[in-house]
Amino acid sequence: MNRSAETATSTPDARGYFGEYGGRFVPETLVPALDELEAAFSEAMADENFLRQFAQLQATYTGRPTPLTYASRLSEHLGGARIWLKREDLAHTGAHKINNAMGQALLAQRMGKRRIVAETGAGQHGVASATVAALLGQDCHVYMGSVDIVRQQPNVFRMRLLGAEVIPVESGSRTLKDAINEAIRDWVTNVRDTFYLLGSALGPHPYPLMVREFQSVIGLEAREQMLEASGQLPDVCVACVGGGSNAIGLFHAFRNDESVDLIGVEAGGHGIASGAHAARFADPSLGRPGVLHGTRSFVLQNQDGQIMNTHSISAGLDYASVGPEHAWLRAEERAHYTLATDEEALAAFQMLSRLEGIIPALESAHAVAEAIKRAPSMPRDSVMLVNLSGRGDKDLDTVIQQLEGEL
Amino acid sequence: MRGLHALKAMFANADEQRRPAFLPYYPVGYPDLESSLDAIVAMSRAGVDGFEIGIPFSDPLADGPTIQAATQRSLEQGTTVRDCVAAVRSLRERGVDQPLLLMGYLNPLLAYGVEEFVADIREAGADGLLVPDLPPDEGQTFCDICERAEMALVFFLAPTSDAHRIRLVDEHSTGFIYCVSLTGVTGERDALPRDLQEFIARVRAGARNRLVLGFGISTPGQARQMKGLVDGFVVGSALVRAGGDGPAATGALAASLRASLDRE
Ligand SMILES: Cc1ncc(COP(=O)(O)O)c(C=O)c1O
Repeated sequence: MNRSAETATSTPDARGYFGEYGGRFVPETLVPALDELEAAFSEAMADENFLRQFAQLQATYTGRPTPLTYASRLSEHLGGARIWLKREDLAHTGAHKINNAMGQALLAQRMGKRRIVAETGAGQHGVASATVAALLGQDCHVYMGSVDIVRQQPNVFRMRLLGAEVIPVESGSRTLKDAINEAIRDWVTNVRDTFYLLGSALGPHPYPLMVREFQSVIGLEAREQMLEASGQLPDVCVACVGGGSNAIGLFHAFRNDESVDLIGVEAGGHGIASGAHAARFADPSLGRPGVLHGTRSFVLQNQDGQIMNTHSISAGLDYASVGPEHAWLRAEERAHYTLATDEEALAAFQMLSRLEGIIPALESAHAVAEAIKRAPSMPRDSVMLVNLSGRGDKDLDTVIQQLEGEL
Repeated sequence: MRGLHALKAMFANADEQRRPAFLPYYPVGYPDLESSLDAIVAMSRAGVDGFEIGIPFSDPLADGPTIQAATQRSLEQGTTVRDCVAAVRSLRERGVDQPLLLMGYLNPLLAYGVEEFVADIREAGADGLLVPDLPPDEGQTFCDICERAEMALVFFLAPTSDAHRIRLVDEHSTGFIYCVSLTGVTGERDALPRDLQEFIARVRAGARNRLVLGFGISTPGQARQMKGLVDGFVVGSALVRAGGDGPAATGALAASLRASLDRE
């Protein structure tokens, strides 16, 4: 690790840049809305009442703090590092997504905007948004690619039950990228009375910062729980990286602990050579700095700058770009990024289910897959912290199809 | 006469005829490369004043369904940014002499290389550039490069823009300012927004640039309402939709839009 404690604490600059990544590349119509959002966000974060209300809902509604679980049989089976799981799967609605959805929905309420639009890939952010909108009496519209609607059916029903409107997106690759395009088009159209509840640590400033702040509770809790449970900091923290919100939420609290390695796991799909993946950092022929959805970061694109269609077995990691702070953490060598293929994630999905009685989300299974690869070569007194970002109920259809006949 | 000078002359000519300038938008490669060039040539002969030539992008987030579908089809046929540069050159060879501005989303231009892109379109005979996802706050590199090349770099204003944004955009925009008529994406609308007069008055009060209005203008009746309001206007989706029936249909619609400006 080649960074000093002093750069590690830095936040984005006034224009929303983490080093050379980030910024605000949006149509002019949205610039005033982003200015307004940025001002409202910083006022809210300095307001005791807002923070108290947020903390109280986290405790009484979301179910925070989520537990830290020692994965004893998995650790024993792998025969190396002791593996601990941060149990975001136990948060209300079954994933970390609600941390951010709650924060932003409260902010929307504070700003007097009753109409919420959101995008969703796996459906977890859509469900979280629909949930908090129901709680706060907001009117929620969720854009979802038609491909994702098919592979995450249970979440589509949940959103509708919760009173949200789910709007199928038929353009482009019909996945998360296209759902974000449509959500932004809706926001541009209804900007005066609509709040865009973006689900990951990406998009134009201030979203990457705001989402990180709302998700940083993961790492703050885990760090304290780790110290209490084992008397030491983890040697390594592992999280899957779609847009990057659960990973940045975990990493942020450890940014100044130089002894702690931070490892992000991207979706390797069918493998880099196949071209069918969502590994923005691992494929230098397709993953290069560029601008997508308002922010400068690593983007999977062809030679002509057209955005590539991506593939992952997990809808939540199936996205062509990645939050700008991750691009920066990687450039600074403060965090490192690797990948897990569909096959490795599926194997991890099953192993965690059988050894720990925890069925992880397919997204989170990518982080577990990295733990499975890494733990055996680590000393027995070392500690690994894995962010279990969500639970796998939503993925059963996909997994049943993949494992047909095997179970 | 190219670049900013060409745009200046375009507005002066329209002023003389006591009407706004009419600048069609049309994307390269819809329904195919040849037909798109034919459509632009047909509009040129119909006497339009200038063009915005669209560079297709996979994720056009300021565009509505018509232009999304057209540019998607163009990409499926393999249209590249280089094809768009070459299109400018062949339009000039075919006698199109109106100002040509390229309109493209940021990422393909970054992939091409901004410096090289501006040099190449200039060499091909273009006069300027519009980038809908590049606000002036992020545009310094583009500004410097376009200024050196004496090319217009047009920024946008929207009904949500306050006095501060109007001033900032006016300071950075060259050639004209593109005023987005409504909060929304491109596409045909039945009527112009009701707060249009007020929006344009606000911009006029704070900006020295020429003003060109776009989004939601598609009929001769709407075109006529531009008289006395703005210095120019853009029609996109309606012409693109006509292009589905062939270049002659686009040319005919452009001719009727243009003719509507001559009537009292
Ligand atoms: C359970 C779970 N984990 C991870 C992700 C990936 O998103 P992010 O990288 O923002 O955490 C998702 C996205 O839908 C998810 O549902």
